[in-house]
Formats: sequence, structure tokens, C-alpha cells
Amino acid sequence: MAQPHQLNTLEQSLLRESTRRHFFEKCGIGLGSIALSSLLAAENSLDAAAQQKQKPHHTPRAKAVIYLFMAGGPTQLDLLVDKPVLRKHHGQLPPKSYLESKRFAFLKGTEKLLASSHTFKKHGECGQELSDLLPHFGQIADDVCWIHSMHTDVFNHGPAKLLANTGSPQPGRPGMGAWLTYGLGSESRDLPGFVVLQSGPRGPRAGSSLWSSGFLPTSFQGVPFRNGPEPVLNLSSPQGISRRGERSFVDAVTAMNRLRRDVVGDPEISTRIAAYEMAYRMQSSAPDLMDISNETKQTLDAYGATPGNPSYANNCLLARRLIERGTRFVQLYHTNWDHHGGPTENLEVHLPRIAKEIDQPTAALVLDLKQRGLLDDTIVIWGGEFGRTPMGEIRATSGRDHHIDAYSLWVAGGGFKAGHIHGSSDELGLTVTENPVHVHDLNATILHQLGINHKQLTFRFQGRDYRLTDVHGELVKDIIT
Amino acid sequence: MISVVTKEALIPHLFATLLYAASMWGAVCLAPLEMNAGEVDFNRDVRPILSEACFQCHGPDAEHREADLRLDIASQALAKLDDHFAIVPGNLSESTVVERITSTDADLRMPPPDSERKLSPSQIEIIKQWIQQGAKYEKHWAFQPIRDPQIPVVKQKDWVRNEIDAFVLHRLEEKGIAPSPQADRYTLIRRVTIDLTGLPPTPKEVEEYLHDHSENAYEKMVDRVLSSPHYGEKWGRHWLDQARYADTDGYTVDSKRSIWLYRDWVINALNRDMPFDQFTIEQLAGDLLEKPTTEQLIATGFHRNTLINGEGGTDNEQFRNEEVVDRVNTTGAVWLGLTIGCAQCHNHKFDPISQREYYELFAFFNSSQDVNTRNPKLMVPSPQQRETLGQIEQRLKQAQEKLAAYDAAKKSLPPEKQNAGKAANWHVVPNLTVQSTAGATFEKLDDSSYLAGGNNGNSDEYRVQFSSPLRKITAIRLETLTHPSLPQTGPGRASNGNFVLNEVELSQGEEHPAKWLHAMADHSQKDYPVSAAIDGKMETGWAINVAKGKMNVNRTARFVLESPITASPETSLSFKMKFGAQPARYNIGRFRISVTDATVSQLGVPDKEREKLLAAVKKVRDAKAKFVKKIPTTLIMRELAQPRETHVLIRGDFLRHGELVHPATPAVLTVDRKKQEQKKLTRLDLARWLVDKNNPLTARVTVNRIWMRYFGRGLVQTENDFGYQGTLPTHPLLLDWLANSFMKNGWSQKKLHKLIVTSATYRQASLMREDLAQIDPNNKWLARQSRLRVDAELVRDLALSVSGLLSEKIGGPSVFPPQPPGVYSFTQNKYQWKTSTGEDRYRRGMYTFFIRSAPYPMLTTFDVPRFNATCTRRNRSNTPLQSLAMANDEAMIEMARALGNRILKKNFTDDNPRLKYAFQLCLTRPPSSQELAQLRRYLNQQREIFQADPKNAQLVAGNTAKDQSGKSDHLHSVSEAASWACVARVLMNLDEFITRE
Repeated sequence: MAQPHQLNTLEQSLLRESTRRHFFEKCGIGLGSIALSSLLAAENSLDAAAQQKQKPHHTPRAKAVIYLFMAGGPTQLDLLVDKPVLRKHHGQLPPKSYLESKRFAFLKGTEKLLASSHTFKKHGECGQELSDLLPHFGQIADDVCWIHSMHTDVFNHGPAKLLANTGSPQPGRPGMGAWLTYGLGSESRDLPGFVVLQSGPRGPRAGSSLWSSGFLPTSFQGVPFRNGPEPVLNLSSPQGISRRGERSFVDAVTAMNRLRRDVVGDPEISTRIAAYEMAYRMQSSAPDLMDISNETKQTLDAYGATPGNPSYANNCLLARRLIERGTRFVQLYHTNWDHHGGPTENLEVHLPRIAKEIDQPTAALVLDLKQRGLLDDTIVIWGGEFGRTPMGEIRATSGRDHHIDAYSLWVAGGGFKAGHIHGSSDELGLTVTENPVHVHDLNATILHQLGINHKQLTFRFQGRDYRLTDVHGELVKDIIT
Repeated sequence: MISVVTKEALIPHLFATLLYAASMWGAVCLAPLEMNAGEVDFNRDVRPILSEACFQCHGPDAEHREADLRLDIASQALAKLDDHFAIVPGNLSESTVVERITSTDADLRMPPPDSERKLSPSQIEIIKQWIQQGAKYEKHWAFQPIRDPQIPVVKQKDWVRNEIDAFVLHRLEEKGIAPSPQADRYTLIRRVTIDLTGLPPTPKEVEEYLHDHSENAYEKMVDRVLSSPHYGEKWGRHWLDQARYADTDGYTVDSKRSIWLYRDWVINALNRDMPFDQFTIEQLAGDLLEKPTTEQLIATGFHRNTLINGEGGTDNEQFRNEEVVDRVNTTGAVWLGLTIGCAQCHNHKFDPISQREYYELFAFFNSSQDVNTRNPKLMVPSPQQRETLGQIEQRLKQAQEKLAAYDAAKKSLPPEKQNAGKAANWHVVPNLTVQSTAGATFEKLDDSSYLAGGNNGNSDEYRVQFSSPLRKITAIRLETLTHPSLPQTGPGRASNGNFVLNEVELSQGEEHPAKWLHAMADHSQKDYPVSAAIDGKMETGWAINVAKGKMNVNRTARFVLESPITASPETSLSFKMKFGAQPARYNIGRFRISVTDATVSQLGVPDKEREKLLAAVKKVRDAKAKFVKKIPTTLIMRELAQPRETHVLIRGDFLRHGELVHPATPAVLTVDRKKQEQKKLTRLDLARWLVDKNNPLTARVTVNRIWMRYFGRGLVQTENDFGYQGTLPTHPLLLDWLANSFMKNGWSQKKLHKLIVTSATYRQASLMREDLAQIDPNNKWLARQSRLRVDAELVRDLALSVSGLLSEKIGGPSVFPPQPPGVYSFTQNKYQWKTSTGEDRYRRGMYTFFIRSAPYPMLTTFDVPRFNATCTRRNRSNTPLQSLAMANDEAMIEMARALGNRILKKNFTDDNPRLKYAFQLCLTRPPSSQELAQLRRYLNQQREIFQADPKNAQLVAGNTAKDQSGKSDHLHSVSEAASWACVARVLMNLDEFITRE
């Protein structure tokens, strides 16, 4: 949920006090200077403390993030990386020395190299190679920082997604969006600071553990926005309650809560008063956000979005609208990129289909943000939890297994180098050979661009200071300006 | 005695300050350092500084130790280093530590500037004072034995109700703070009832308590509440948090599991006030007790609540390892209050627990049978199910016995044990005399078969005469064979090669035809079964056409006699094959005859009698299988016969084995490790060690957590860290006194609860006080009670209770109350959430089916964690999503309607008493006049809205305008029902409604 201190009401200052008290309590520090009388009076006077924003560690380059998460592990070898040597040795077993110390989810060691059946072409001044599956990506070749040396630790979907999103393969840690809203707050008055969107046939594996607030207060957890008239659970008033009725309800609850607060003097009650006010405002702000019919036809066409018809394209457009309204972190998931081969997830039919689903809207989002001047301080990430193997799997139709030792993704905006190609892997695409970037390194760099030293944004839980990058992560200076 | 007490002092929160600075920026407000002038106390003043600033490099972790200097142990800290001493007691100038921490040279200064740690001037001063005063080390307070402190003497003796109050008041008097007055009776009964049962008091209970003027009215009320079976639910839920209980496996696939019997075990154990030591032993090692009972096995579900990864392509050993890690860490957190998990990958940075010791604990849990699997499971029938199952098994036994008796009587092996049908020995009859009534002619072929020629009559009868090659004939075999001369090669003479054999007869000499028992064929055409050839009817017969494939192949029929014929070589046998005229000319084209003397069972003739008996057995067996599926199962712990070897895992990586280790408990907490090494320890030994009276942690940690539930914070605020990095107790002597009396009272939790809730400390009002807001805003010194928002499950329970809908049923499988649509639009699995009906729709929140990857939204919204790991303390947040859930959730609206209806049904003529009644139902206390006026205003506003808008009024009122029997209730109109439902909605949305004051 959005941070309470963005409330633009008279409750705001009081709420801020109690929020601060909440943290003080957690850290075992007394409220000290804050007196009861000021708590009670604060509702009628915006005090200076309430205006105080949390300060980042250093000057930020970006203030918001859109994470386009391609759930399942997109095949870099059929989309973003051309390997002529792989083509040449198609159908052969990979050299043993290349496979030493590698572990795979499903491969047995007898699988042969599989060349991509797609043709690649260079795009933009940077000369990034793209396959014919992504014709629109060519338009953003010079707006994007291409990273071809990603690697991660775990080869199962759930753990790998958790690692990418929360910094740990086990569930229970806060997602990146939770860390950011905890650290930086949200700039949205009446929408959550951390929003989750989903498209494709099913939700991502590991579910809401990916956007959980972990041990942080639940106010920082990601809020899933669903398609349809009720984007947030329980957003609509009960049937038969008019807007006037709802207003009178909130007013009555507030008046009664105030009467009690005057007796017991508990600032928690002020927090609750403000929460009801914000909930009331969200009843109109959230549906308003979701209604894309007021976008121009030109914009809708650029994204390939259709009002009332949920899709990845609509979600890309919603991501821009959320950023415009001050949301800090939009986590978007699109399933299913798990192309092992087989009747429902093969490279022949299903990869082209999903590539087409994301190609145009993704490019349109970057171009739209750029055109509106939003790309400068918005980081857009496109990628999955891992990549896919150069070897094909022995199934009825062709596919590739999970690959964690070398894969690709890209980052745009927010001070990441535009039109830059970073890192590479060996001629078969099995191992990173140049400028490796671990998931933790990427996350550390994203935090850095938002003004945060990843080693200093910590939270003490069960005797340990936790952070998004666990005990790892190095800033990748080469990919930022 | 007093001098012991005065050693307690306000704890400086230096470390907390540092933590704060490290975890948030723009930190303001440093808590003022309060210290007693004079004596510096190592545990209180010095260790927190050393722990935070120095131990990372000069602490227990040998691997990362710098300059061979270790500051956490006196012998090493005071030892000579090369040519100098780090610390020389009483001598500042020779202690190089002092030089280093005060140095202005960045290269020399400690802690080094790049460590991002820093000592404040006052901290440096403390260290100097400590060295000056002799650098005395003390064992960490929590590792010292639990004391039996004497009760302090206080001035305001009449305030003290029991020992707790003496300890608390003593600290307050030291600080010159007055305790708060006792809360009013409304608050007290509501507080006690919610704290002990999680439910609000009923109006009747409130009335009784208010009018009980006896001196021990409060104690009586406490005793009544404490004996409620809902006590086990409320406090069971706290324990289940620690047990990380859930109804699914976790990770991504997150399938359902059945372990609710463990949940019920906890509730029952608490209601029976099972001593905490037994409670511990049965959960950790019930399976290792001698002849464990079913209940003791169910109890071991505690550590079966770990996650199971069902994703394809997983390495089970990896996730088994994760489970063991979780079991170690959970045990450490729940019983020892230690962050043992920190030593999984390296020696603990702060606490004296080495990585080796971590794996020695690991070894206790490393030999259970489960391997990322739900097995082993235990089937637990209810008494009634056990009885039914017994009956079914009895029936099964009877059916099986009947079958066995039948087989015995037949004195033969049952057919399924024979080579059925194939055991028969057939003798081809070489020479036949064949005549046709219609003028067909027959040619004998080399294989003793006969080929028909000549006239193919509309109907015909082949008379086959032969002399038997056997003395005894039990059956005759007819092979119909193809031949090129036949239409489509036959074997019949019809144009497609088919035939219809209407009847067959076998007779000896002039005797009547013998009776047939049975006929079999390798193939029969649909509606032309071979049995039709022996049914005595010429209208039916055997034919061989096929639905698919080729008809024109050899076919065989076998005709079994009811009783064998004894053939003599002199008499000839006559076999007749009769072909009727419908269809015409469907006669056999080529055939061969064989006979046998095989027994009926060798021939494979089904035994109808026996089949009946067999079917009876199968029926009961199926019924049993179906019934067994309904019997609940639960996950239990079982030990392997041959334990696994345990190695230190290098960097915690399950693939990298270090040295071999054996089960043992951490040295710092163990009196005699040598003794342990002499025998193979088991989980049972670990469990007994945890609840040994000499264990300094278990009792302290347990009473502290129970205390925390009552006051919002523990006497040790870091309830999950009693190690060096934890906060010191605010009332160390009280903590020890409670821990000690807990053990002395036979580990009775109920006695502990009673002690706490009958104390004057507990009974204080929770109102904020202007003076306390300044001195003690977090209520560390307990000069008042705290207002606490109730846990998520209780939010539901309170609403259900006041609405009158609550089902008070205890235990059973988890249930599926209504939840908003769209919960699974973000999950991998689309769970079937079949909303419960009947009373299961209105069960307490703790019975809601808990899906780890997509929990019931209302629970998550109110801070229920996902139970992927142990939860010893929940967050208590306050968010707009909570407001939306309270105001709009379908389940809440249903309850608001029911409450509105409940209010309306009360026999009042005026709004005011009705509003008062509603208010008191929800909040126990009567409303103030302002509150009453506010509610009345709101009520009238709603009346105005709904009278003008009957359609919406109907939607809001729903079916509540009708009474239980479904008839319209004429006492009130629809708009009244809607208006009162709205009043109910307001009351249930008040902060006070979900707060224990």
C-alpha cells in the first residue's frame, strides 16, 4: 500500500508521527521529543516534520522502475544473441569441457546443440543483433543498455524468480519494490507505491512471495492490480451503497474514531483515520487509472492496446500511467516463456506467438516514456529469471532447458547507458566470458541509480541486517552514465 | 537483596541507535544515554558496544578474525599480543585498545573508517571506564543460569496484587513514575476475554461480571474465561505461528497437504494445559518415545510444516537439506531465542556458536525419513470411523472366508491360479461321417478337417458321426476354418464368408442329446453370441462378422457338457450342427472336430457361484478403499533406521561437504559436552536438553513471548534474539522470577497466564498519559497497559461473534469462507476455493484454509505472514487495504447485515436503546453521549438515503429483512434493515472494534 505520509490531508502530519513512532518502536528507540499534546494537535496543523522527505544516500538518477518480467526464462539464443558457431555445430554434442560443473534442471547430458532457426540482423548505431521474432525491438536498439553476460545461482523457476525479485531463492524476503517504497516512499497521493500487473495464461511461479513485504511492514508489499472493474481487492463499496452513502460512512467512522482518540490518546487511531480516507480516494483513483479509453487512438495503436481487453500491451500502457501518477515501482509479469519443447511450450509455435505479444508494446513503452520525458528518471528492465541452454531438449518438438550461466536482458532509462552492449558469452553461449553481471550486481546498480547504496538499505530482522542484495552485489559502473 | 535489584538500570540503547543509523537515513532523535554514575556493568554497558563495533573482526568467528585479537573472551582479550596487550586491566595507557579507538589517524583508528562503524565519545568513555575499573568480563546474561530472585520491597504496597507487581512497581518507584489506575470493568472483561480466548465477552457475561460485587469477582471471571475451550484456539494460534503451520506445501506448485490434525493437537494440548516440557518433547521427538501414541506421533507434525518443492526438475536432496536447515533455525528461534541460522554458512559473527556447532545441531534433524516428500503420513480415524472401518474389515473378512470355504469344498485351485482354459488337452477326431439334410457334400482334407461343397441350402443340418478317441468326453471343440474355395475364403458359405450356427447337439447312440453347461468362442459377432448355439432356440445363433478388421479368419467354439459322457468304442457319437433359414444359406464351409476330457475348470468355464463370492469380496474391498480415503491423514516425523552422516556444509552449500560431525548441543549452553560425545544423541535427547531445568534459555524465552502477547512487547524486546546482539531485559529479575516460577509450577502455561492477567500491572488502564508520552512512550516501564490491534484471525472472529453468525466448533479440516473474486489471477495454480456452506462458512479465522502462495487475502492484509518460516512475532500494520477489507469484503458485509438484523430483532421501541445495545455488543462499554449522537445522526442520514432509494435499500438489506424461516418480517421495513446494516458496518469499522484496550 502507498506510504501513509503521501496523504494530502490534514491527517497527514499526524500519520507521519505515528508512522515514525512505528519505526522507532521497531528499533527500540523512544519517541523522545514527540509529546502527546502535539500528537493530538497535529491533525489541525501541518507541521514541518511532515514535509520532510526521506533522503536518499546520494543524488538519484531515477525515481521510478518498470520491471517487465518475462516469466519462465526467455531464450536469449533465439531472440537477442546470434551464435554462428552454434549454428555450425548444430546437432553435435557440446564439448565436455564446456559442461564442467554445470547443473541443469532437465538435461541428462546427451542433448545436442540446437541452432536457432531464426535469422538475426544488426540494429541501431550500437549494432545490437535481434532475431526476426522481435522486429519492433530494433526501434529501441539505441535507447537500451543490452547486457549479454547475466548469470544467476538457481535453475528452478520459483527460486530463480525469488532471487531476481527478492535477492534470495527462499521465500520470505521483501521484493525490490517493497525495499524501494520502504526506503524512498511513494510519490503517489492516492495510489500504492508498489503495483503488480500480470498478463499471460497464468501467474508467475512463486506467486505473491515475489512482491511480498517479507519482514518489512505490510504497508510496503506490492499491490496486485487485477484486470476488470475491481483492480484492487475489496475496492468497490458494497452493492447498494451510493457514493454519498460511502462518504457518510467514512465520515461517521472518522468522527467516531476521533472521539475515541480524544479519550485514549493513541496515535494509531490517527493512522487509521487517514487509512480510511485514502481507501475512499482509491475507490475513484484506481478505476480511473485502469480506464485506458481516454488515451488517444495513436497511443493505443502504438502499444497495440485495446480498452477492455486485458493484455500485455494494456499493462505496458498502465505501467506508464502508474509512473505518471507517482507510483515508485511497477512489477509486470508476462507468462509463459518456459520453452522446453512439447505440445504447449515449444520453439516452433509458442515462442513466435509470445514474442509477437511483447515485441510491439515493449518498444512502444520505451518510446512513449522517451517522448514524454519520463524515460530519463524511469528505469525499464526487460528480462526473465534465467536464460535457456544452447542444447536442445529431447522432446517431440524443440525446446531448450533453463540456463543460469549466461543469459541476456536489457535496461533502459534512468541513467543506464543507451545503445550500449555489455558483456558476452562463449561462442556456444554456455558461459560468460566478458564482464559478468550477477543478479545481485544488477539489483545493486538499479538501487544505485535510485540514489541508494545497496549495502546501506538494510532492515534488522531476527538478529541480522538484511538487504536486497544479501551479502553480495557489486555496482556495475560500465552500464551507467 | 536490594542491592541486587538496584543493579538493574535503564538500559542504554546504544546498539539500537547504531542499528537505527544503519537501517534508515535522516535519522533524528538519539535516545539519551542513561547510566548510573560510577560502576560500569560489562553485560549492560560494554558488551553491546563491543558486539556492534568490534566482534565482526575480533569476535567468535575465527575465519574472519583480524590481528589474532579476540575481544569476546577475557582470556584472549587480556593475553599478550607480540609485544603489547590489547587490554591491561586498570591501566589505560598500556591498553592499546584505548590508543586505537581514540586515534585520530585514520590508518590506526578502530573501528576502521571503511567498516562504516563508529564509536561515539560516550561509548569510548564507557570502554575506558570499564578498563579502568578492571576490565571485568561476565558471561552473557542470557547464558547464565536462571536465578530465583527475591521479591523487591516497594513503598506503595497496596498497589501490589502479586509478585509481578512488586518487580514492576520497584522499577517505577526508582524512576518516580506512578502506575496507572485499574481499567474499568468493561475494559477489563473485554481485555481478559479477548486476550485469553480471542472472542469478545457476551452481553450476559458482561452483565454477570458487572454485578458481581464479591471481592474476587475478577479472579472468578478470569477462571471462567481460562477454562473456555476457546483458550486453546487463541493461544494455539500463537504457537502455530511459530510452528509455521499451513495447509499447502509452499514454493511454486504449492499443492494441498493434510496436517490439520497437528493444529488440533496443539489446541487440545493447550486446553488440557499440557506441561510445556512435555509439549516440547512430544512435538520435537514424539516418534522417538517408547511406544508412541497416535497423539504423540501427530505432535511431531511441528517440524513437518516445512516447505516441499514439487516443481519438476528439482533435486530432492537439495530441498530436504532446506527442510533440515529450517528445522534447526526454527528450533533455535522458538526455544532458544537465538539466531542460530547465522552460523549456517560461517561461524556466528556475534554469538559464540560456530559453524561446526550449527551442523552438530543439524545432525539431530538430518535422519528423518521425509525427503522433500509428504510421506511419512499417519492415518488417524475418528472413533466413529475406527468403528465403521472395523465393521468394513469384518465384512471383508467374512466375504473372503466364504470364498476360501467354497474353494476348499471344490478341492481345486481357484481358476485364477490355474492356467485357465489352456490346460485342456484336445484330441482331434480324425474320421467323421458327415451328412447334410440339404444335400451338401463334404471332402476330408489332410488336417482332418471337412470342406463343404455341393448344395448350399437355405437351411441345413450337418450330422457328424464319429467314434470317440477318448473314454470320457467333457467338451467338444468346433474349429471353423477358411479355405480358398469358400466365398471370401469362408469359413462360412454365405457370400461374405459368414455363417450362423443356430444350434448344436451331441448325443450317444439313440440317447437324448446331452445337456450343455457352457459355450465359449474366441470371437462372436455382436448379437450372435456363441451361447446362442446351445440355448435350444433356432431363432438365435452364433456368427462371426466383425465391426472392424477382417472377418474371414479361423474361429473356434468350445461346447462344454454339463456332465461328462462315458464313451465306449462301440457306440458312435453324433454331433449335430443346425442352420436355420433366416438368414438363408449361412452354413459352415469347413470345420474340424476335437474332444477333451479336461475338467470344467481346466476348460476355463466361469464358475458363477464363485464369481458371485468374488464380486462380494471386491465390493467390500472397494467400499473400504473409498472409506479409507475419507479418513484424515497427517504428516509425521519418522527416523531412518540407519542415520545419515552429517558434514559441515561449506558456505552452507549442500554439495560441498566439510568435516564429519555428530549430534551435539552448543558448548556455550551445555554443561558437559564430553558426556554427550560418549553416546549417540537423538532428537529426543535434544528435546530433553531444551527443557532441562539447567537450560538458561527455554523458560526465559517462553515466558518472555507470552508476556509480549499481553503487553505488546517482551521484557526482552528482541524476543527472537537473546544473544549478544539482542536488547537487554528491561526487568531482568522479573524475567527470571517468571521463568523460575514457570518451571516450579510444572511448566503450566495456564498458571502463568493467570499470574499475569491477575496482576495489577496487567489490569492498568491503557490510556496515554501526557507524562508517559515524554518519559516512556513505548511503555517499557509498564506504567500503563497498551492498546493493541488484534491479530488478523481475531478481526474475523470478533465480527463473526457480534454478528451472531460464529460457529463455535473447534477443530476439524480447514474451511473455505467467502473470499473476494480474483485472488488467483496472479498465482501459478488456480486453486479450487469451494466456499464452505453451513456452519463452516462462519468458523473462526484460524480454521481458514491457508495456501502459502496465495493466502486468504484478509489474513495477509492484517499481517499474517506466509509461514514459509517460523514467525515468533507478527507485524502490526495499519493500512488503507485494511480499511477496504473491513468496509467492503463480502464476508464482512454479510456479518454487518447479520448484526443489523440482530439489533433490529431486539425488542426496543426507540433508536437510543437500540443503538446502545448495538454499540455494547461491538465494544462492550456503553457509548458516550457524543458517540450516541453521532451514531444517531448517521442512522437518520441512512434512513433518508434508503427511503428515497428502495432499490439500493434492498441490495444493502439483502435477505436480512426476512426472518430465519424466510418469511417477511413485518416489524421493520427494507429501508430500516438497510440503515441498521449500515450502522453495524460503521461499528465494525471502528478502530476500537479491532483493538484490545
